[in-house]
Amino acid sequence: MVSGETIQKLEQMARLLRKDVIEMTYTAQSGHPGGSFSLAEVMAVLYFHDLHYNVNEPKWLDRDRVVLSKGHAAPVWYAALAEAGFFDREELYKLRKIGSLLQGHPCIHIPGVDATTGSLGLGLSAACGMAIGAKVMGRENVHVYAIVGDGELGEGQIWEAAMAAAHFKLNNLTAIIDRNRYQNDGKTADILNTEPLLEKWISFGWQTVEINGHNVSEIIDAFAFARNASKKPTMIIANTIKGNGASYMIDQPKLHYTPPTEEQMEQTLRELGF
Amino acid sequence: MKSNFRDALGDAFVAMGEEFPDLVVVTADVSKSTRSIAFKEKFPSRFFSVGIAEADAVGIAAGISTFDVPVIFTAYAVFATEKPFEQIRNMLCYPNLNVKVIATHGGISVGEDGVTHQAIEDIAIMRAIPNMKVLVAADPGEVKAALRTALSTKGPVYVRLGRSDAEVLHTDADGVTFPLGKAEVLRDGTDVTLAGVGLLVDLCLKAAEELEKASIHAAVINLRSVKPLDNSTLIQYARKTGAFVVAEDHNRVGGTGGAVAECLVANFPVPMEQVALDDCFAESGKDMLLYQKYGLTVENIIVKARQAVIRKQAR
Repeated sequence: MVSGETIQKLEQMARLLRKDVIEMTYTAQSGHPGGSFSLAEVMAVLYFHDLHYNVNEPKWLDRDRVVLSKGHAAPVWYAALAEAGFFDREELYKLRKIGSLLQGHPCIHIPGVDATTGSLGLGLSAACGMAIGAKVMGRENVHVYAIVGDGELGEGQIWEAAMAAAHFKLNNLTAIIDRNRYQNDGKTADILNTEPLLEKWISFGWQTVEINGHNVSEIIDAFAFARNASKKPTMIIANTIKGNGASYMIDQPKLHYTPPTEEQMEQTLRELGF
Repeated sequence: MKSNFRDALGDAFVAMGEEFPDLVVVTADVSKSTRSIAFKEKFPSRFFSVGIAEADAVGIAAGISTFDVPVIFTAYAVFATEKPFEQIRNMLCYPNLNVKVIATHGGISVGEDGVTHQAIEDIAIMRAIPNMKVLVAADPGEVKAALRTALSTKGPVYVRLGRSDAEVLHTDADGVTFPLGKAEVLRDGTDVTLAGVGLLVDLCLKAAEELEKASIHAAVINLRSVKPLDNSTLIQYARKTGAFVVAEDHNRVGGTGGAVAECLVANFPVPMEQVALDDCFAESGKDMLLYQKYGLTVENIIVKARQAVIRKQAR
């Protein structure tokens, strides 16, 4: 049973990650704040409760792996990596600027990043490869997480990987769908309906759990469930709200790739309690 | 004497499995025709066929390689490079991962399966990606050495093999070396340089013999490292012979001919002719009949060599 104190600490971290993201994307005047906000709690629980990693040795072979297949949510990942200590927080404010470490989409030159992503649909395959690699190399403790978007499920390669993960019995692989129901052009249901998710993943041979992706305890429980998988990969369908925590972003699909104005940033910081 | 690329590849997979004890091989339902089944039989725990899913195969290879192990992805050239092109660019080459793409069935030597299975753009698109290296084996005798070089070279490497049986140019397969960035000069000459890759190297040698009878002294170069290219040898032979023919089983756009032209234009421009697909698709048919119909012949190399020499003399 996770203590109330731990939950509170993780909720605080999610709040801090959102602060970082709004400041980063404001400074960069570029990037995807909404799809980052929907992942704040997932990232907080991953990096400050669940994952095994060593910031002093980012390529430690027994580390758990994270693949952000929806690579455009890089700001929230970078924020989590910086808060965890993989690199200096100052880097966050150089996001997307020429000559800087933090590229617009994740690449493996960045400490803590194990797969280059950003082109949608590719990450789950890489995560399958990592889970296979862990088994081949006898590193039984390594767990691999892949984070995919619900709109991203339109990419056929996701379903190739879905079959491979079940076929190879990758119980050391967990995927999280950030089901925020929006994509670049609007509502996922209107553009290419990727539902019903639960039934699809069950029929593809995964064990599944559906949670509120902004509820820290539910995320913690889902990760524990995933780590106990015996023969199947685990799919966590995380119901989220794109832009959750910043009222100006909610239900505003045209803001998918729009950085905040100064006023929107300040308003968001106030809403977050900063 | 002729022998088979794919049988040589099966032997090479097994040999590399022994030389590189962590090597993992990934394929996409073509373990028999790539002969990677030989690796599977010897090292079953290090072999993965991921089904008919080449894009996924590249991603899986990328993921496995993050455990600091070399990985081979093997399939037909069309499906190994052209179907998952963007995956190779973004997942292998940009992060410079230690994954080798080993392709059989390069060019129209595929024969009867027809255009869908005949890769005539693969050298062009693979060499266009930063970090990617491109090796083409001229005969089965070079296959093991090509794989060894690929696996000894950090980062992504593309190795292309033809499908046809090929004349054996390198009889001592265990003694062959395949240094990255080095061309192999097979015959010296002063009037024209015949530079080929793959199955066309043997045709260049035969053309040089014919040209010799007409007192045209042709040099022959096996350009097996298409990227990085052996600029110094090319420049040396441009100076020495003043005329070039580049021959390959590939479209004339962007392939080995393009690579040689880029080198010559920048360093020592000389007349250059190409023996290649004339920016067209081929068709089904016996491999050597296709070679005749589409101009990949000793006779055509001779014609192009004479043209290059005439252009040189007209300057």
